[in-house]
Amino acid sequence: MTTKRAPRVQGLECEHARLLLHQMLRIRRFEEKAAELYSLGKIRGFLHLYIGEEAVGVGAMQALSEDDRIVATYRDHGHALARGLPMGALMAEMYGKANGCSRGRGGSMHFFDVSQRFYGGYAIVGGGLPIAVGLALADAMRGEPFVTACFFGDGAVVEGEFHESMNLAALWRLPVLFLYENNLYAMGTAIERSQAQLDMELRARGYGVPAQAVDGMDVVAVEEATRRGLEAVRNGEGPHLVEFKTYRFRAHSMADPDLYRTKDEVEQWKEQDPIALFDARLRKEGLLDDGALEAMEREVADELDAAVAFAEEGPWEPVEDLERDVLTQ
Amino acid sequence: MTITYREAVRAGMREALAGDERVFLMGEDVGRYGGAFAVSMGLLEEFGPERVRDAPLSESAFVGAGIGAALAGMRPIVEVMTINFSMLALDQVVNNAAALRYMSGGQLSVPLVVRMTTGAGRQLAAQHAHSLEVWYAHVPGIKAVAPATVPDARGMVLAALDDPDPVFIFENAILYPLEGELEPDGLPLDRAAVRRAGSDVTLATYGGSLGKTLDAAETLAGEGVDAEVIDLRSLRPLDIETVLESVAKTHRVVTVDEGWRTASLAAEIGLQIVERGFDLLDWPPQRVCSAEVPMPYAKQLEDAALPSAERIVSAVRSMVA
Repeated sequence: MTTKRAPRVQGLECEHARLLLHQMLRIRRFEEKAAELYSLGKIRGFLHLYIGEEAVGVGAMQALSEDDRIVATYRDHGHALARGLPMGALMAEMYGKANGCSRGRGGSMHFFDVSQRFYGGYAIVGGGLPIAVGLALADAMRGEPFVTACFFGDGAVVEGEFHESMNLAALWRLPVLFLYENNLYAMGTAIERSQAQLDMELRARGYGVPAQAVDGMDVVAVEEATRRGLEAVRNGEGPHLVEFKTYRFRAHSMADPDLYRTKDEVEQWKEQDPIALFDARLRKEGLLDDGALEAMEREVADELDAAVAFAEEGPWEPVEDLERDVLTQ
Repeated sequence: MTITYREAVRAGMREALAGDERVFLMGEDVGRYGGAFAVSMGLLEEFGPERVRDAPLSESAFVGAGIGAALAGMRPIVEVMTINFSMLALDQVVNNAAALRYMSGGQLSVPLVVRMTTGAGRQLAAQHAHSLEVWYAHVPGIKAVAPATVPDARGMVLAALDDPDPVFIFENAILYPLEGELEPDGLPLDRAAVRRAGSDVTLATYGGSLGKTLDAAETLAGEGVDAEVIDLRSLRPLDIETVLESVAKTHRVVTVDEGWRTASLAAEIGLQIVERGFDLLDWPPQRVCSAEVPMPYAKQLEDAALPSAERIVSAVRSMVA
């Protein structure tokens, strides 16, 4: 009798399932802490939380290989953590410390780590898309097998740069994986109030780009869809788009009074909490018990404590270095 | 051997394409058409469509793609048809190309070269003929240069490709038919050049205004006024030292700049001279710029809007009288 091995994410392997949950928890707790530190004035500027959208960053990043390139948005904490940027370097960056992942030059919206092929958080909505096209162009011209994965939100898809980038990537059949995080609001503007055509599969088809839409609150579905997309891109079929339907539970930023959506709507979406859903599923499938979750929470808490300590203890970049790295020295 | 400015730019690109497989040219109509100004004519046939890459009319996407490819280790030359069109890509220039190195704490570098035409004089009216170089010269994180001679037309392409940071090359379109000898200039990218030595007045200029300024200097010589003409070459960084050295001799300076007068490069140069060389001056720094109008189509109006040798001469006369 032969046994046929199920695809990895359908028959969830215990270890992998725990990894997904662990990654989502890391993001959730990191951001809760960041919000707290923001209230204390330790973190300043804009702080855009990813809470509610963790399944997207985690599922997508699990599918990508370490050689693939990542272009993220200003809501980049989840992307960076899921990619493997050290939590301490991210916290230090938000503190503005020199041991931050961008030496304190970027802050929350501009995490960078070239060693992880993480080409940054872009805070001009849609502005990262042409960069992703160019990274992919370089790889295509050199015959490299890498894919550039580009995250963007529903605000970006009404920017001209989205149109230009989709067209160019499709025209030149570049290895770009477009990862559309549709959280239904561009700051306070609902997609119904900004997009004449809400069906992204239809729009993508207009550019000759195949697309899928999946439940962005289901980390397994996200990973699976991303793998399908990646496979198509790696097969030389040109760019591919995956839409993740998701929701941010917190306001757009810490400055947002959140007046444009009802409490009922937010509460309804919170019932789709990607972490709670996945936790329940793992318990049902017998892959997780109370003790395991507690241990995981403790591990995350320890990592977070260490990250905050790393940020607290980090040095400030001396003001004498203000003009360093404007140009290459 | 005498060649044109256009051929010199092409020669620079051809050498780069032949010598470095990371180099490629990308832009609107650079391939099959041969370049809107015929600068890249023949390069497609020589290097193929992968490396001489026709881009759709998507300035933001192909300038941004140039930045991305540079981040990944390529050496793109991006051609934008005119400086007025380049406004469509300013987001990528200012928010990405200029900022990425700094914003990433020095992790990224953007070895990108962007070439574009600038300037008026061909009756192309108000959407094809402005000189907006100062907008680029305003931005830290990029370099801006303006070749005014045949050797610089070639040499600056090569020097820009050797530079680890984004370099913008502004080619005044009236210069393309200019003829000259192809000789190594020997000057670094960021240094100004004295194109005519003189002792009575300094005329600082760049790009398409160099010819007019040299003409004005000849007229002035006939009137017994010995003008020194400085070709700034680099607009960012500005080689103000070379200008100050000249002003130390002449004590009078006129800046000739095809940009609009208000907030112009000429304004910046004038103030830097005042800040650092006030005691050298016998006369307030003067400037000859374009009239503050969208560029008109009709020839007599366009001529009146632009700096001319006559206007330069008359500015100098008022200082030496």
